[in-house]
Amino acid sequence: MMALRGLAWLLALQSVGELLARGLSMPFPGPVIGMVLLLVVLQWPAVREPVAACASFLLSHLSLLFVPVGVGVMTHLGLIGQYGVRILVVIGLSTLIGLAVTALALHLFREKNDV
Amino acid sequence: MSNFVELWVYLSATPLFGLTATLVVYVLAQAAYGRLKQAPWANPVLWSVLTLAGILLATGVSYQTYFAGAQFIHFLLGPAVVALGWPLWERRAELRQHWRVLLLAALAGGVAASGSALALGWAVDLPPAVVLSLAPKSVTAPVAMGIADKIGGIPALAAVFAVLTGMVGALCGKYLFDALKIPTQTAGWRARGFALGTAAHGIGAARALQVNPDAGAYAGLALGLQVLLASLLIPLVFRFF
Repeated sequence: MMALRGLAWLLALQSVGELLARGLSMPFPGPVIGMVLLLVVLQWPAVREPVAACASFLLSHLSLLFVPVGVGVMTHLGLIGQYGVRILVVIGLSTLIGLAVTALALHLFREKNDV
Repeated sequence: MSNFVELWVYLSATPLFGLTATLVVYVLAQAAYGRLKQAPWANPVLWSVLTLAGILLATGVSYQTYFAGAQFIHFLLGPAVVALGWPLWERRAELRQHWRVLLLAALAGGVAASGSALALGWAVDLPPAVVLSLAPKSVTAPVAMGIADKIGGIPALAAVFAVLTGMVGALCGKYLFDALKIPTQTAGWRARGFALGTAAHGIGAARALQVNPDAGAYAGLALGLQVLLASLLIPLVFRFF
């Protein structure tokens, strides 16, 4: 029941986010505005337990949610046949660069500031 | 036999098929991942995607038919993005204390990932729409689709690139961090997790969460930050160029 109440909160906030995104043509996608609104709503203790229950369930199975989009690779087989190797190299290298820069930046700053 | 064929034709066209296939294949992939002691190469998203795409290609079921069922899982990405506010809120004390360092690391990592993807894509002569779809690849798929749409990329392609990026991060992160000598104590785990959430979004964060709780919490934090930064900055940068 708690998780269900939490889902109702998440969906309601996402809907408000979508409304704001479209109505005020804000640069953020609806769910992102919903996420910021969640931070505001969480000031209110009654929201915390239901949201925690639903969020921990959703986030612990987060990788499942990417599977349907991932299978969409098959609809771009033509493009992948033509540019696949290059795309993979670009994605592979840039991801490694992003990972290395973030990890090193945090690691070095933390050492310096004794965080 | 013809009865079986009729039955299959009926079943494969209902939304039930896409939904059931996705869940069953994922649950099996997750079980295999556990059996293989969570080896990075056994990543459940990677194997689920390959298995499902293989099944669809082999049986001739179209992606549209499959997605009619799988969309119920896909739909949950929206509330999941909203739910990312929870790890941010849970760690609000740490955020308030270290927000400068964390913000700087998130910015540096996001710019490095996006910038290098654009530069490399341009250097190897990919078509402009493909290059633009690469820009938001380190953000979680639904947000990446929205950003790509805003800057002239192809949303469906951006989603696939985001998923591929997540898988690369989940597969290679451990080896890269070991090579960079990022330690495996609390501060090191936090840096590893934060990097995975920044450069490899939800799939990287899922991996971090399975490996170490500190890494998982910081991955969630980084994921939320990256969503905010990228959806604000990427369209802004492209407006000026």
